[in-house]
Amino acid sequence: MNWTWFHKFGSPPHIYRIAGSLAPWFGWPAGLLIIAALYAGLVLAPPDYQQGDGFRIIYVHAPSAWLSVMIYGVMATAAAIGLIWRMKVAHAAAASCAGIGAWFTVVSLITGMLWGKPMWGTYWVWDPRLTAQLVLLFLYLGYMGLRSGIDDLGRADRASAVLAIVGVINIPIIRYSVEWWNSIHQAPSVMKMDRPSMPMDMLAPLLMMLLGFTLYFAAVMLVRLRAEILRRERSASWVKEALQ
Amino acid sequence: MSEFFAMGGYAAFLWPAYAVTLLAVVVNVITARRAHAAAREEARRRLEMESAPEHER
Repeated sequence: MNWTWFHKFGSPPHIYRIAGSLAPWFGWPAGLLIIAALYAGLVLAPPDYQQGDGFRIIYVHAPSAWLSVMIYGVMATAAAIGLIWRMKVAHAAAASCAGIGAWFTVVSLITGMLWGKPMWGTYWVWDPRLTAQLVLLFLYLGYMGLRSGIDDLGRADRASAVLAIVGVINIPIIRYSVEWWNSIHQAPSVMKMDRPSMPMDMLAPLLMMLLGFTLYFAAVMLVRLRAEILRRERSASWVKEALQ
Repeated sequence: MSEFFAMGGYAAFLWPAYAVTLLAVVVNVITARRAHAAAREEARRRLEMESAPEHER
């Protein structure tokens, strides 16, 4: 088997360059998709027959919640790769995910509360789904706290990677909490096996938002990854070349 | 237009939700770009230090 791709994949200068050229290709489509989805979601989509215009909060709530979970998956996978193959770039990638993930976990919680107040009559309940999402925020914060608390970069990488991997247990709990327990949170209406339970003019803006947010994350994460790589490799000879 | 902003009575919940999301989207772009610019700046300073003659360090 040819392993050159693997070495290339782990090479900081290569990733630094690739990340730089890829980021705008994710960023600009993301921006266009999100703007189009805003118009489609706020103007074109009809009000819900039960929730009126309040349902439109889903167009920012669901994509943030999706990002919060998806980013954790990316972070834990990168951390595991870093731990198993001792790949520094993978650790750098994991570290670049945490801040973004924490932000969108907060956004998913706040937008959920703002939806919950008019619909459920309360901002917060200690419901399985909501509690698991709060745990996700603490996992992100714990990960970042652990990293900043350890001076030695190699040790910080390894310790935070273990935390990230252990925390993966929370992901299926978030995903299935609405099915395992009698959750107040509604069951998924888009990401399920049979047909989504939403008409197309309501669903399309949501799908655009989900894709837009995913591309947005890729762009932001790649820029953060570049920063992270530079910080780690600042004395390497390739940096001189990259800075020109 | 004012009907649009009223959002069928949900304005007080809907617009803050959109605002906080927009804030997160913008802040993360700015933070990432700043982090990259700062890392570049620091790397450049380091390289200048290393290439400077001994007595100027």
